[in-house]
Amino acid sequence: MIDSVGWGTLGELALRHLYLAGVPLVVGLLISLPLGWLARHVRWLGPPLVAGTGLMYTIPSLALFILLPLVLGTRILDDANVLVAMTIYTVALLTRTVADGFASVPSHVSQAATAMGYGELRRVVAVDLPLAVPVVAAGLRVAAVSNVSIVSIAALVGVSQLGSLFTDGFNRNAMGPIVVGVGACVALALLLDAAIALLARAVTPWLRRGVPA
Amino acid sequence: MIRFESVTKRYADGTVAVDGLDLEVPGGGITVLVGPSGCGKTTSLRMINRMVEPSSGRILIHDRDVADRPPAQLRRSIGYVIQHAGLFPHRTVLANVMTVPRLLGWDRGRARAAAMESLEKVGLTADQARRYPTQLSGGQQQRVGVARALASGPEVVLMDEPFSAVDPIVRAELQDEVRRLQRELGITVVLVTHDIDEALSLGDMVAVMRQGGHLAQFAHPAELLAEPADDFVATFVGRDRGYRALGFVDVAVTPSPVLTARLGESVPAGTGWVLAVDEVGAPIGWADATGWGGPLTDSRLHRLGTLAPAGASARTLLDAVLSSPSRRGVVVEDGRVVGTVGADEVLRALGTLR
Repeated sequence: MIDSVGWGTLGELALRHLYLAGVPLVVGLLISLPLGWLARHVRWLGPPLVAGTGLMYTIPSLALFILLPLVLGTRILDDANVLVAMTIYTVALLTRTVADGFASVPSHVSQAATAMGYGELRRVVAVDLPLAVPVVAAGLRVAAVSNVSIVSIAALVGVSQLGSLFTDGFNRNAMGPIVVGVGACVALALLLDAAIALLARAVTPWLRRGVPA
Repeated sequence: MIRFESVTKRYADGTVAVDGLDLEVPGGGITVLVGPSGCGKTTSLRMINRMVEPSSGRILIHDRDVADRPPAQLRRSIGYVIQHAGLFPHRTVLANVMTVPRLLGWDRGRARAAAMESLEKVGLTADQARRYPTQLSGGQQQRVGVARALASGPEVVLMDEPFSAVDPIVRAELQDEVRRLQRELGITVVLVTHDIDEALSLGDMVAVMRQGGHLAQFAHPAELLAEPADDFVATFVGRDRGYRALGFVDVAVTPSPVLTARLGESVPAGTGWVLAVDEVGAPIGWADATGWGGPLTDSRLHRLGTLAPAGASARTLLDAVLSSPSRRGVVVEDGRVVGTVGADEVLRALGTLR
């Protein structure tokens, strides 16, 4: 089955897929952190911000891939279109999660930090954020899987990645590339998911220590 | 030392949490703010370190307006202990206690040394210092909270209902600990509680506040019990305030000698109540040798009542009498029996006081 694609091509496409899905995941997280914080801490801004960003997820990806070049002034085959589109989806999924993550920080802990003399920003980075990691990581895993899935659609506008195997198989009326493409997408999604889960575990050692008998 | 000058806190919706509070917290002692919920005691406490900003009036520490200092900088100079300890769950106990020293810019080594010293003061070990807060019991966590507040050696420590989430036995231990630390370090503690017993037993001065943020009375605990300023204070300090006031009354009662015996020693019948003691003279139980005599055995012993240390208050002496099976209160010094007192002697001494 693999032979219908070839290991070399498969590896290349998988790497491109990882790049197109992964970079927006990181950028989207970095954008969602301040947005989620705002949604949580500026009372009137919370509901519209969470609803607004969430709504962006409903924009059809194909439409976005086609419209973005007009907005950004990029060429239709430019990776930037896909990267920006995927970042939008990531932000759409993560803003609410980050807000929920900050909400999960016990208020007495946050208040104690302020009372110790932490400035606002320093407290968010040193206290609130680490404690929000479990909730944020859970959302990030969903976004990762979603990104891997959505990116494949970019094959329709000619941006190559694992989705190209679907269009290729369809055009040549061959099942092989399609099956390999689906398998590779699932494997990539599981890999990203596991990587995030492990990373979250590694940065939250305090959650694994036992409670006294 | 800490002075509230007509401090008012009015929220946007019109509720007044604190109304024209004038209060002078003396330096080097424990001042307790006590009152029912909604009396503005916590708000008052939080205005000291600018967690809450007053609507009008000012608060001075050492004649310096707290509003003149940047909040974060001010807070680093004031210790703070809250109800559920508020420890950072993601940091080890040691790292928690190092927080303020690090915020003050001390290098890691100095901060660590200060934190270890502070943990030692509250009776925690190096092994416990390496753990995460959830690995400690509630009482230990609260000790860490106290250690964290003391680590940088602040002059003023604020405590917001610090012991209300722990069981009564641990609470009593922590109260003793705080009292000991306050005396040892000479710090100024302002403590908020809704528990009048805690206020009376812990406070050098007690500010009773009532709904709407009014100061009802600011006095020494004994005065609060003996001369409540109004009906509210009288009701709040409780129905048995007359008896509790005895906790602050010293009476001159000389303990009478008591017949003691060690286990195994023979006691003649008709001796009456005999106090059993161990090798060093510490009391271990009472035996009734009225209709019985012979070698004293464990099974003959009745449980001791409460013990009154020499120089104890009238309340402690009376309690020792009332809880004793022999109706004689045992007075001890350094754990050893000095003698016993009877109810009539304590009451007679009380009668001559006024």
